[in-house]
Amino acid sequence: MTDAKLRGSGPVLDVRGLTIALPSGSDRREAVSGASFSVKRGEILCLVGESGSGKSVIAQAVMGLLPDTLPVTGGEIVLEGENVAHAGRERLRELRATRMSMIFQEPMTALNPVMTCGDQIDEVLREHTQLTPEQRRDRILAIVREVALPEPERIIASYPHQLSGGQRQRIMIAMALVLEPALLIADEPTTALDVTTQAQILTLIQDLQQRHGMGVLFITHDFGVVAEIAHRVAVLRLGKLVELGEKDAVLKRPQHAYTKMLIGAVPSLQTHGRAAEGASEPVLRTVGLCKTYYDRGWFGRRREVHAAQDVSIEIRRGQTLGIVGESGSGKSTVARCIIRLIDPTAGEILLHGQDIARMSAAELRPLRRRVQIVFQDPYRSLNPRRTVLEAIIEGPVNYGVRRDKAIERARQLMDLVRMDPASLNRYPHQFSGGQRQRICIARALAQEPELLIADEAVSALDVSVQAQVLDLLEDIRNRLNLAMLFITHDLRVAAQVCDYVAVMSQGRIVEHGPAGQVFGAPRHEYTRALFAAAPGRDFAFGSA
Amino acid sequence: MLNFIARRILATVPVLAIVAVLVFLLLRLTPGDPAAILAGDAASADQIARIRISLGLDQPIIVQFGIWIGHLVTGDLGESFYYKIQVADLIAQRLEPTLSLATLTILFSVLVSVPLGVIAAWRFGGWFDRALMGFSVMGFSIPVFVLAYILIWIVSLKLGWLPVQGYKRIADGFWPYLQHLILPSITLSVIFIALIARVTRASVLESLGEDYIRTARAKGLRESQVLIRHALANAAVPIVTVIGIGIALLIGGVVVTESVYAIPGLGRLTVDAVLARDFPTIQGVILFFSLVYVGVNLLVDLSYVFLDPRIRY
Repeated sequence: MTDAKLRGSGPVLDVRGLTIALPSGSDRREAVSGASFSVKRGEILCLVGESGSGKSVIAQAVMGLLPDTLPVTGGEIVLEGENVAHAGRERLRELRATRMSMIFQEPMTALNPVMTCGDQIDEVLREHTQLTPEQRRDRILAIVREVALPEPERIIASYPHQLSGGQRQRIMIAMALVLEPALLIADEPTTALDVTTQAQILTLIQDLQQRHGMGVLFITHDFGVVAEIAHRVAVLRLGKLVELGEKDAVLKRPQHAYTKMLIGAVPSLQTHGRAAEGASEPVLRTVGLCKTYYDRGWFGRRREVHAAQDVSIEIRRGQTLGIVGESGSGKSTVARCIIRLIDPTAGEILLHGQDIARMSAAELRPLRRRVQIVFQDPYRSLNPRRTVLEAIIEGPVNYGVRRDKAIERARQLMDLVRMDPASLNRYPHQFSGGQRQRICIARALAQEPELLIADEAVSALDVSVQAQVLDLLEDIRNRLNLAMLFITHDLRVAAQVCDYVAVMSQGRIVEHGPAGQVFGAPRHEYTRALFAAAPGRDFAFGSA
Repeated sequence: MLNFIARRILATVPVLAIVAVLVFLLLRLTPGDPAAILAGDAASADQIARIRISLGLDQPIIVQFGIWIGHLVTGDLGESFYYKIQVADLIAQRLEPTLSLATLTILFSVLVSVPLGVIAAWRFGGWFDRALMGFSVMGFSIPVFVLAYILIWIVSLKLGWLPVQGYKRIADGFWPYLQHLILPSITLSVIFIALIARVTRASVLESLGEDYIRTARAKGLRESQVLIRHALANAAVPIVTVIGIGIALLIGGVVVTESVYAIPGLGRLTVDAVLARDFPTIQGVILFFSLVYVGVNLLVDLSYVFLDPRIRY
């Protein structure tokens, strides 16, 4: 820190007119076009944008980690007074981890799986310092303690797979900060984490930033996180900086139309307050549904994992039931049991009163089309070698619908999901993520289901696209009078679409009730903890 | 872990049993009478019959098999028809040259191919990468014996740097021993270098695309560190697997190479025993080879635990 003070009081990072070219044949000429912003000492600047906006490209440009295919063609990147935009390989290497550090989105994959955490931190010290092994060990233990990891001795001897996601991200942070850099670049560091872990990591970053007086360039797509952590905000759209200002100004009184649109699309934690009428017959009911996985040892040591325990839910026509929970809570297990992708261990699954939990594949076949599912990742849930038309009509044709009828229906469905029927003969890779998810919805609807399951169906989408797809799902549910099971980890999304909500934790439903009641007055302590952790919960977006 | 080793060692018993039965039956089904070969061209039918009785070949096959298995379980591989000594002793005598050749070949192959593969992956698509891929296609395609004669012709006959053929025991001095092994090892290595380099390249290329490589670079590590400690360490499992397969394949290669270079090893013994229809020796050598094969596989599986801490048995 004394070192940092010696370097004067100018900004830690000053990016001026940064332009980065894209390879020819891309959808635009430049990944980043003339972006200018600065990060001051002791400040957190949030760089916000949707996927493809160029925010990660900027981060990598600062670190000098861009591939040769993305050259910096204009502007300056000034790190503590030194222009590093065209610095040599060696100079950049010296600066990394000492003056600037970076942490990444995926703590699961960002650490080397075959090296202990301690060794990975040690590498930084061995590369950049002349410390003795004992001194290095002291430094490592000190930084591990500083990122609030329990039992530092045990942690540094552990391999990454032995730690949780949050712990790994703490190791990443320890590694980035062990040499006290002046600038920390955090590229979506909490996006892959559960909401409660996310809250802890955000607090940690704020804490360390204040203690060390670092400048932080924090990259995110999540306005909740921005509201939680930013001092200033820069909004990036298609490589251009469209808005830059103090957090309150940008979030409450956005000037640029794009910022307004983005902020308007942030789902509110307030439920929509629609009256949830319970008159119609339930389409689907589960009674005491259990799924247990057995890990058979050779000599009888049997480990049991209760993925879902005693889950009883009920979904009626025209209603949406949300199952909310963190990763590993068992919410997807329930969905997979209901469509019988996996077999439940115990309990009943009643589809119109008929128990399908133990039906054979042959008995189940005629019923399969009545329950359809849309998965999380639209990039991987469509066969890349089949046209959209083939993907949509495959199901109905399998169930004996004539091909010309099925094609006719596919055209209508494309209209329904607000896409051009003329694009039916194109392949999935020719569409954006949001469009693909619409195609997946059309594919599910082609079977004329009574129950539509959306398993994290909007989680991989940008916030503006997310809003559109949520809108579409609601519209379809009303028009076709469907029952919908909506599985999500995102409380804001759940608040927008669900009539009823079930909160799951460790395989069990801990709270269950009308959305307004669960969101308005959560009774279970886990639900309360979940809400308390939701980033930006107290922040009134765009309230001006 | 100990449990796993015990189970694996136990599992070798049925493997060896099946090999034993197959080898025994196949040999009896091949044409050629060991007794006639032993007796020589001038022997009478009576002499051949006497030899056949002395070898026990007049018994029904099932009885012969029973006797052989009976001896086998006590560790007795029987006596060679041709050399008239215990097969176990015969194998022991011939082990040194083969073991030396195999060790040197694998050592040489690994030391050459792994760095080549890493560099090719690092400079993916560049001239080095393409040259290595070209070489490996050639390495796969060229038969061992052709390469052997080409090397002998150039290195030994034209340049006179190394002996043409033969073998010197390590007891006779290390330098002559090594001199006689260099050419055969290089000959045998070419195909393994091609194989291991290709797998190393593919595996390192895959790990170079992983997030932790980006992390390593963001830490300001030297490129050599990134390549060795991060990329190669994570690429090790497939590489070690293919080296294991290489050792198994080596057994086949040794037979040809030892014949061409006149090395009195197990490969040469196999060829001679087959030509003489020396049933006990063939059976013994093949059983020995399968034991080595099973052992190498076990070692490879065990090495995974050290290469990747996520693997537990």
